[in-house]
Amino acid sequence: MSSLVLRAGPYSVMVERRTVLVSLALVGAGLALALAGLCRGASWATPSEVLSALAGQGDSVVVIRDWRLPRVAAALVFGASLGLAGAVFQNLTRNALGSPDVIGLDAGAYTGALVAITVLSGTAAQLAIGSVAGGLLAALAIYVLSLKSGLSGLRLIVIGIAMNAILTAVNSWIELRAELEVAIAATGWSAGSLNGVDWDEVRLPFLIIGGLMLVLVTLSHAMHQSALGDELAITSGVGLNRLRLLLVLVGVGCTATVTAIAGPIVFIALAAPQIGRRLTGAAGVPLVPAALTGAVLLLAADLVAQLLLAPMALPVGVVTTAIGGCYLIWLLFREVKRP
Amino acid sequence: MTAPPTGRPAAPPATRLAARDITLAYGERVVSANVDLDVVDGAFTAIIGPNACGKSTLLRSFVRLLRPTTGTVSFDGRDVFGYQPKAIAREIGFLPQQLAAPENIAVRRLVARGRYPHQSLLSTWSAEDERAVHEALAAAGVEELAERPVEELSGGQRQRVWVAMVLAQETPYLLLDEPTTFLDITHQYELLALFARLRDEGRTVIAVLHDINQACRFADHLVAMKDGRIVAQGAPADIVDAALIQEVFDLPCVVVPDPAVGTPMIVPTP
Repeated sequence: MSSLVLRAGPYSVMVERRTVLVSLALVGAGLALALAGLCRGASWATPSEVLSALAGQGDSVVVIRDWRLPRVAAALVFGASLGLAGAVFQNLTRNALGSPDVIGLDAGAYTGALVAITVLSGTAAQLAIGSVAGGLLAALAIYVLSLKSGLSGLRLIVIGIAMNAILTAVNSWIELRAELEVAIAATGWSAGSLNGVDWDEVRLPFLIIGGLMLVLVTLSHAMHQSALGDELAITSGVGLNRLRLLLVLVGVGCTATVTAIAGPIVFIALAAPQIGRRLTGAAGVPLVPAALTGAVLLLAADLVAQLLLAPMALPVGVVTTAIGGCYLIWLLFREVKRP
Repeated sequence: MTAPPTGRPAAPPATRLAARDITLAYGERVVSANVDLDVVDGAFTAIIGPNACGKSTLLRSFVRLLRPTTGTVSFDGRDVFGYQPKAIAREIGFLPQQLAAPENIAVRRLVARGRYPHQSLLSTWSAEDERAVHEALAAAGVEELAERPVEELSGGQRQRVWVAMVLAQETPYLLLDEPTTFLDITHQYELLALFARLRDEGRTVIAVLHDINQACRFADHLVAMKDGRIVAQGAPADIVDAALIQEVFDLPCVVVPDPAVGTPMIVPTP
C-alpha cells in the first residue's frame, strides 16, 4: 500500500494513494449522478441544456436551477452528512452496526420533529431543535442503559435496536393521534423523502452541516487514534471524555439535521462508511470516503425512487429501506457469528 | 507545617515520577491503600507479585487510566492529571495488556499512531515522525514487517509491533503491563533484552512481570507487591530471598545464583 506525504510549510499529512484515487472516483460518480438528476424530469433535458441553465442561459433556468438543483444538492449534502454520522458512531461504538439509523437516533430525531409539529407550531427552527433534542435524548437513553457493558459492545447495539423499535412505535402513535392534515404531512415524510425540497428549506441545514463538518475535521485525528482502544487512546494523549461528547453531539447533529428536513432516511449511515472503508482498503472507518459514498448512495437512491414508478415519485427512504434491510440482516448474521 | 490529612508524614517525591499516599479503588472495592512509590529514574523497574495483588492497577494509576481516590501521582512535582493530555503523553508511554489493532492496518501505520502526542491538527506527518517511526521499527526488529497487515502476524511479531508503537512515542518513561505474556520463551528474552537496552540508552522502564527469574535477571529494581501493598523494594540481589518469596507468593523455594548471569534465581522446593 503506497502512501503520499503532502507538505505545505509546517503543515503535512500522510494519505494513502488508494484513498485519494477512490475519493476522486467517488467525486466523479457524484458529479455524473448529479448531472443525471438535473436532466431527469417529466421532459428530460440534455446535459448541454443543463450546463447552460446552470450558467443562467436558456429556457429551463427556473426548472433546473430552482427546482431540480436543490433536490440534487440536498441528496448530496444530506447523503454526506448521514455517511459522516454513520462513520462517527461506528468509530465510537467500534462496531459496524453502531450506526445512528440502527440504534434509534434517527427515530429519536424524528420523534423530536413530530413533537415540534404537533405540539408546537412546527417552524423550521423548532423542527431543527426538536430533532436534535430527540436524537440526543435517544443517545442518552441508550448510553445510560448500556453503561454496565461499556460503549463498545453488542449489548449497546441490541439496546439501540430495541430503542429504535420503541421510538418507531411512539412515532406511529403520534401520527395517529395528530390532526388529519398534520398526520398526512408527517406520513409522507416518515419514510424519508426529498420530494419538493426547495432552496429556502435547505439553506439553513446546509450551513449547519457545513459547520458540523468543520468541527469533525478538527476531531478526526483524535477519533482515529481512539480506535486503538480506550487505554492507548488516553495514554497517547487523547482527551477521551471530551472527544466522545463532541463526537456524539456532531454525529447526532449530522443525522438530526437531515431528519428535520427529509425525515428518517435509513441505510445510508449504516452502509456508506463500510462501503467507503472497503473501497479504500483503509484501516478503521475513514471519514472522507464515508461522506462521499453517502452522497453518491443517497443521490442514486433518490434517482431510483423517482424513476422506479415514474411519473409517481417514491420517497427515497422506501428505496434505502428496501436495500438496507437486506444489508442489515447480513450484517447481523455476521456480527452474531463473530467470536 | 501542617500534617497531611492521613496523619502520615509524606516525604516529598525523590524522583520525577512518584506516587504519594495513593488509594486505588474500582468503585467500592479498594485494591491498594496508602501506597508510596518513587520510580527510580533511568532504571529498569520490575513490579512482581501474585495475581490480583494490584500491580497492574498501580501501573494504571501512573498513566492516568485510574484516578486515585486519595493521594497523587506526580510528574515533576505536578499531578499527572493536571497536564494537557498530549504533554504528559510525550513524557510517559504505556503498553496495555489487552491490545486490538484497527482492522486492516499495516504495521507502519500502526507504529505511526505512537506519534499522536507529537502531532497537531495541521501537521499529522512530519519528517520527525518519519524518523521516529523508522527508528522504532528498527529498535523493535520489525522493519521487514513494515508493510504487512498487523492481523497476519504471529503473536510474537505482533507484540514487537506494539512495542515499536510505544517506542515511536519517544517518551523518557515507558510503562509496560505484562509485556511478555503469551510469548514463547525466545521472544520473552528478546523483548526483555530490548527493554534493558532502552534503559541503557537512558529511558526509564517500569514493567509488570510474572516471571521472577526474568525480573531478577533484567531489572535493576524490584517492587514486590501483595494484597495491594508494597512488601519490599530494592535491587534483586538485595531483596530476593526464600523468605520474601514465601511471604509474597506463598511458595516454598530456595534461592540460588543464576548459573548464567549470577542474579538471584528461585527454585521451588517440592
